[in-house]
Amino acid sequence: MNSFEYASPRTIAGALEVLDNDSVILAGGTDLLSLMKEGLVAPKRVVNIKEIDELKGINVGEDGSVTIGALVTLEEVLESPDLAELCPSVVEAAAGVRSPQIQSVGTVAGDLCQRPRCWYYRNGFGLTAMKDGKSLARDGDNRYHAILGNDGAALFVNPSSLAPALIALDAKISIVGKSGSREVALADFFQTPSSDQEKEYKLEAGEILTAITIPSPAGKKVATYEIREKQALDWPLTAAAVAIEMNGDQVSAAKVVLGHVAPVPWVSAEAGAALAGKQVTAESAAAAGDAAVKSAKALSKNGFKIQLARVAVKRAVLRAAGMEV
Amino acid sequence: MPEYNWPEAEKRSRIGNRKTRLDGPVKVTGKAEYTYDVKLYGMLYAKMLTCPHAHAKIVSIDISQAEAMEGVKAIRMIQEPGAEIQWADDEIVAVAAETEDIARDALKAIKVEYEVLDHFVDDENKDAAPVVNPAQEEVTGDPDAAFANAAFVSEGFYGARVIAHACLESHGDVAVWDDDEHLTVFASTQAVSSLPGQFADGLGIPAANVRVICQHVGGGFGSKFSADRWGIECARLAKIAGRPVKLMLERDAEIHVAGGRPSSYAKIKTAADKDGNIVGWASESWGTGGPAGTGSPPVPYVWQIPNRRHQHSSIPTNIGPSRAWRAPNHPQACFLTMSALEDLAAKVGMDPLDFVLKNIALTGTRSQNYADELKIGADLIGWKHHWHPRGQAGDGPVKRGLGLALHTWGGRGHQSNCELVIHADSSVEIKLGSQDLGTGTRTVIALVVADTFGLTADDITVRIGDSRYPASGASGGSTTVGGVSSAARRASLVALEQLLGRIAPELEAKPEDLEVINSTIRVKGDHSKSLSWKEATALLGVSTITATGQHPGPGRLDDSGVAGIQMADVSVDTETGVVSINKMVAVQDCGLIIDLMTAESQVHGALIMGIAYSLAEERVMDPVTGTLLNGDMEFYKLPGIGDVGELVVHMMTGPGYDERGVIGLGEPPVVSPGAAISNAVANAIGVRVPYLPLTPDRVLEALGKGGAA
Repeated sequence: MNSFEYASPRTIAGALEVLDNDSVILAGGTDLLSLMKEGLVAPKRVVNIKEIDELKGINVGEDGSVTIGALVTLEEVLESPDLAELCPSVVEAAAGVRSPQIQSVGTVAGDLCQRPRCWYYRNGFGLTAMKDGKSLARDGDNRYHAILGNDGAALFVNPSSLAPALIALDAKISIVGKSGSREVALADFFQTPSSDQEKEYKLEAGEILTAITIPSPAGKKVATYEIREKQALDWPLTAAAVAIEMNGDQVSAAKVVLGHVAPVPWVSAEAGAALAGKQVTAESAAAAGDAAVKSAKALSKNGFKIQLARVAVKRAVLRAAGMEV
Repeated sequence: MPEYNWPEAEKRSRIGNRKTRLDGPVKVTGKAEYTYDVKLYGMLYAKMLTCPHAHAKIVSIDISQAEAMEGVKAIRMIQEPGAEIQWADDEIVAVAAETEDIARDALKAIKVEYEVLDHFVDDENKDAAPVVNPAQEEVTGDPDAAFANAAFVSEGFYGARVIAHACLESHGDVAVWDDDEHLTVFASTQAVSSLPGQFADGLGIPAANVRVICQHVGGGFGSKFSADRWGIECARLAKIAGRPVKLMLERDAEIHVAGGRPSSYAKIKTAADKDGNIVGWASESWGTGGPAGTGSPPVPYVWQIPNRRHQHSSIPTNIGPSRAWRAPNHPQACFLTMSALEDLAAKVGMDPLDFVLKNIALTGTRSQNYADELKIGADLIGWKHHWHPRGQAGDGPVKRGLGLALHTWGGRGHQSNCELVIHADSSVEIKLGSQDLGTGTRTVIALVVADTFGLTADDITVRIGDSRYPASGASGGSTTVGGVSSAARRASLVALEQLLGRIAPELEAKPEDLEVINSTIRVKGDHSKSLSWKEATALLGVSTITATGQHPGPGRLDDSGVAGIQMADVSVDTETGVVSINKMVAVQDCGLIIDLMTAESQVHGALIMGIAYSLAEERVMDPVTGTLLNGDMEFYKLPGIGDVGELVVHMMTGPGYDERGVIGLGEPPVVSPGAAISNAVANAIGVRVPYLPLTPDRVLEALGKGGAA
């Protein structure tokens, strides 16, 4: 392992002073340390932000919005009565990380910023896994790869457990850098890189993701649904999160977000539109699932994930409505 | 000479009961020292540079930069320029350094130039293989006539993918030279007594100068019989550096080069007459276990079908070579056979339980055991209540199904020697160069001695895991329990005879009139004449009683040949393809059981391992680069406790079993899970998912809902 400097600031301002182009941020470290051990990340400086109290805590605002500090652990999410009451889908999503060890030290921001689990990336072939001008993932074993947004070079899937549930609730994130702070929709935080020179999320060098804010979720019916190979620690094959607003017995608006199907958390406007104006029934939920995969394209070995995405959406919608899946 | 036998049922004080294992406390508290935990003063850490290509020739190796690095203490070229590498992750250079990080950095500084050659890594499509080595066709009876006259013919394709041993403690050693000619190796091994010879061979020193120590091992499953090239290199690095060296495999190497179970694919045709009697079998199988290909699975497995034809092809591939995986070839053969026969039962329209019982005579000498076990298993899983014909699993997306399979194994005891000492202070120790793979070997040995002496297992000090103790066989093929318990019983009987001879005059009795019970030696029929074990051994004064025991030896203490059946109750989500285990039932015989709890634990472990290879485990090779894609515990998927379901174990004991003597249990219960679970899935969803593991993609493909595009 390369030698590196270690900084442990106690304030955000202090952290901004020591973060530069060759730095990485250390929070829970559950992903960073394995990336460093594998030689996939070789920073000159590691900036530990765990001592910064400003990044901790879950707060409910007077307007009903919920702010989750970047350093809030998955365990704190699981144990938060506020989150359980206001946005249970986020708690469900955290429960999908089936490792008590990761839950106890892994953070919410770390879940959003973890690097793809793609086995080509993890084996050192790069984010887009190009070799001799050809895509290893496209030509090779892509059973776990993208079925949506897979026209370009990036075929990995976004690995975040929390992002679909948070995006379905229109979460925003706060980012601070030397030149000030900004707030962006979480959905816009993620991007599909066109080459290994780009990253899969937009956090510039020297910036820190400080908090996630969910606008008041009051009145929204929410749920997630994961399809997994193993009940034990494993990333889901496909997941879906939904937030539904009702007008009487009809859906007035629905936001459907899929996880593990595309290089970004995939907002399915088609699925949302399929539900709008409808009652939630087995039929309308299934129609939403069909709409979600309308533009899906299978690679050589992942056709089954189209079916999984369809079912995950259907079941998340039914769960949100309190119906049996 | 004592009479060498096992005590009658009513005279067993410890044998056949439930005893928690002696090394449980040190394991659960973390005190048990595995090879991975060994840390010696001045110890260096070794890492190996491995080949990134599946097939290549080494053009040049430049170690000069690494040699010059501070902290690097020894470098060994394992393979030279010109060598042809047949699989990725094969070892090229080994480096020993002050820290693991320095060793890793040194590897990065080594430059190896390769000429990359064409590779072939996936043999599922036999027609794509550049080399296919067919074996001679085997024919019994008249299969052509049998198929021509059959009322029912079933045809199918079945395949089990290559899996790894995936030991939680990776392979490796700590080597320390006591002087230029004497070596001590802490090894993660299944073969304490046979490793000195292997290290001596590799290093050119006398076997007598090598000591091997292994107190605890974190899994072997058949992959840890050898000193291995990395073990020899570890010792060489230690000699060059003049310091102890630890070399443990990285996880990716553990999964790719330190273990592997060959693949097995087959096209199988079976035939039955109008009454459901099995009359014909024809199969064409192939598989790979690396560059050497692989031998044929023994199909049809267990079933002596009167008219049969089988042809196997061995396919060389550029993947890490296979090793003996718990019950070599049996799980694959069982999966192929029992799947094909279940499909035949479905074709005939019979409940497979009835079908198997109707044809049970074809299973040969153990057919009555199988029949008895099937009836017990059927009760335990509620077969007649839950079984339904294929395609009749009710409404709703989640379908439930039952499946069964049966298996066999030998399990005769291996060669074993032991030395037993009774001290005058009443303590008892027994020494043998065996090893406890986590199976409870220590506990079993203590129970045998304790039962013979009328003591408890905790009274016995068992010393194993050191090649300086009397040689005992490698732990493989379910041979350990038969070997060590028989040798320990013989030594105990000899020692007891000596002790009774010493104290008989004190009790004014003949030795043959004495008996031992509850730490007391007394005269049969006159319990007023007795000595406690402590009083009796005190009579030894300044001497001890020392006895040796061997296996094989006089008297019938072990046997070979077991039968076992397993049944699986699964649920399959037909919308997602996810298979979950509701319950597994295992009914198993293994002769006289020394410790019922240890035996049941062995079966529990086998069921969990079987569920793992049935639902999740697979070594995934990249078709483009020929390298291993899932060399980590994230993508080499092992189930957790929530994936396992309810496990029910029933051991066959009592008359008909106990008098056979001790028979090994390591392999048999891991044979059937693949077939039982696959059959349960077929019963649930109405179609055969041809592959193991039964992952959602394969289940959905069989259901016509996805799979490959």
